[in-house]
Amino acid sequence: MSKYTEDDLREELKTKEYEYGFYTDIESETFPIGLNEDIVRAISKKKEEPQWMTEWRLEAFKVWKEMAEPEWANVHYQKPDFQSIAYYSAPVAVDPNKTLDDVDPDLLAMYKKLGISVDEQKKMNNIAMDIVVDSVSVATTFKKTLAEKGIIFMSISEAIKEHPELVKKYIGTVVPTKDNFYAALNSAVFSDGSFCYIPKGVRCPMELSTYFRINQAGTGQFERTLVIADEGSYVSYLEGCTAPSRDENQLHAAVVELIALDDAEIKYSTVQNWFPGNAEGKGGVYNFVTKRGLCEKNAKISWTQVETGSAVTWKYPSCVLKGDNSVGEFYSIAVTNNYQQADTGTKMIHLGKNTKSTIISKGISAGKSQNSYRGLVQVSSRAENARNFSQCDSLLMGNECGAHTFPYIEAKNKSAQIEHEATTSKIGEDQIFYCNQRGIDTEKAIALIVNGFSKDVLNKLPMEFAVEAQKLLEISLEGSVG
Amino acid sequence: MLKIKDLHASVEDKNILRGINLEVNPGEVHAIMGPNGSGKSTLASVIAGKEDYEVEGGKILLDGEDIEELGAEERAHKGVFLSFQYPVEIPGVSVTNFMKTAINETRKAKGLEDMPAKEMLKLIREKSELLEIDRKFLSRSLNEGFSGGEKKRNEIFQMAMLEPKLAILDETDSGLDIDALRIVANGVNKLKTKDNAVIVITHYQRLLDYIVPDFVHVLHNGRIVKSGGKELAHELEAKGYDWIKEEVDA
Repeated sequence: MSKYTEDDLREELKTKEYEYGFYTDIESETFPIGLNEDIVRAISKKKEEPQWMTEWRLEAFKVWKEMAEPEWANVHYQKPDFQSIAYYSAPVAVDPNKTLDDVDPDLLAMYKKLGISVDEQKKMNNIAMDIVVDSVSVATTFKKTLAEKGIIFMSISEAIKEHPELVKKYIGTVVPTKDNFYAALNSAVFSDGSFCYIPKGVRCPMELSTYFRINQAGTGQFERTLVIADEGSYVSYLEGCTAPSRDENQLHAAVVELIALDDAEIKYSTVQNWFPGNAEGKGGVYNFVTKRGLCEKNAKISWTQVETGSAVTWKYPSCVLKGDNSVGEFYSIAVTNNYQQADTGTKMIHLGKNTKSTIISKGISAGKSQNSYRGLVQVSSRAENARNFSQCDSLLMGNECGAHTFPYIEAKNKSAQIEHEATTSKIGEDQIFYCNQRGIDTEKAIALIVNGFSKDVLNKLPMEFAVEAQKLLEISLEGSVG
Repeated sequence: MLKIKDLHASVEDKNILRGINLEVNPGEVHAIMGPNGSGKSTLASVIAGKEDYEVEGGKILLDGEDIEELGAEERAHKGVFLSFQYPVEIPGVSVTNFMKTAINETRKAKGLEDMPAKEMLKLIREKSELLEIDRKFLSRSLNEGFSGGEKKRNEIFQMAMLEPKLAILDETDSGLDIDALRIVANGVNKLKTKDNAVIVITHYQRLLDYIVPDFVHVLHNGRIVKSGGKELAHELEAKGYDWIKEEVDA
């Protein structure tokens, strides 16, 4: 991090466009568009899944058919036509053994362009990576090093084959198939994703990371992530996402389930940079994601997210605080610019005694965008001494954007202590002039103000991610003032 | 250093400055006084390059260069500093971080590398000692929750860090008690050299007891209607502004 100077940052900022908007011409196998039982079966067969998995998918598909798309979120968009999407697309050259030497050189070139080096550099940074392109996990690094500690880190497709007992035991336990429309869809058609298991008492020695990339046109990405931290273990997990710039909207409907058993801790950080659409609001990814974690006794789950991309975001990383003394945290920065719309927040469900949750949400709106925080704090009747602190701050740039806060509080136990603070502020011309007068130009001034505003959340990110996030904030807001 | 020739400026179609002429040389301290609404703060903002003001005529020359077309940050890079009457808050950005950014942006504009961290720390230490500023203060968010005195002291600290050629102090004395006033004035005096210049904008003479001007100008209805030495300030203090207004209107 120390090597990364502000000049480097500035150099990179010269690229004003969405810099991950390229498409890599890789030979892919893509299923025909449309969704029916046969497609679900075909996906399952393609992945050589056991019978129970196929049935689980079909059950989810049945449920999904009966469900309607949710409309309560503060977002407006043309609903996707689910029959015109291809539900499976995979780069052809993926080798099942997936050592790096086997990876298609075109793919490697793509990672390089994305700024991901799957080899030596990551080794130095101590990050193990799983990379998911379109529907398939194409590379997982450091498998061996991790295996020595008993840590399982692989694509979920592999896990279904190699560790069916674990997958079967936990999949769908935190986000049931019928949880919501997109979760049901994901359960039926998910094509890949990451799986991670940390054994009892093990502190994962490196950051685990998944990098998601939508490459093919006309495909949806439905990945499924399952992280299990066994008793007394610890893991920090990072997730990054990009997609090519396309005129049509692409659908991303992921499910992430976290399970923190007694005394375990999971830190889950996301830097989401899907293509947000162009300045006129054309194209961009629909990001409809269900993320939820379950905390057993004394366990802790922290969600940290920096959301800068996507045309429409619908996402509420949540914690079910089931065990006594468990802790849930949600730290979020959501940036919207141009015509982006975000409805994001969290749910903290207090079930156990002495459970504690913290919510810090920073929304930044620019251009003609709409940015909503939606959060639920729920305290059940058995949850003695539950505590929650929520802080929702909004920063507005210009006169055409909107910031909204929808906090819901349901407390059924009198001993609950719930605090909610909210502020809304605007980047003023006076602030900009003040910075200008000190020699700081307007773009840099905005970056400075936004970083100051987001500091509480940026501080929660792992170092390397924090730099990337800071950079992203600046890029996302370029040209948003004056 | 600074030469203002027949400067006319307006804001929202209202003429505020109506023909200002002023020359400031290195090593000089100029005081600009005048009643409320005479155009003092407008003059400061126009020199600093605030966009809300429309320059309708005349010239502002800095070291012989017309700075009309330059943005506020470019003027800052050339050594113009404005101590604000109402410094703004920037939550989450520490005084130190703000200064680091300001200094490095200025250096960058001059084609220099970032100031090495060690040097930066040394500079901060020196200047905070010079102005008797507690260093804990420097890690606080810029102007957030600062008292009136702290805000003004922070302005002078920034001036010390940036070492401007031309410093304009806009009503730096407003909202200060006598102790704070003395500290701020002492700071300005310590920063004074034969190579830089200061323009002190004030309504009252009391600041001028501490920062002694070489020239005093009286601004009235957007023009400098009277100039003199420091004794003019005393005369204004004793007689108020009305006699000048009468003299001009007569």
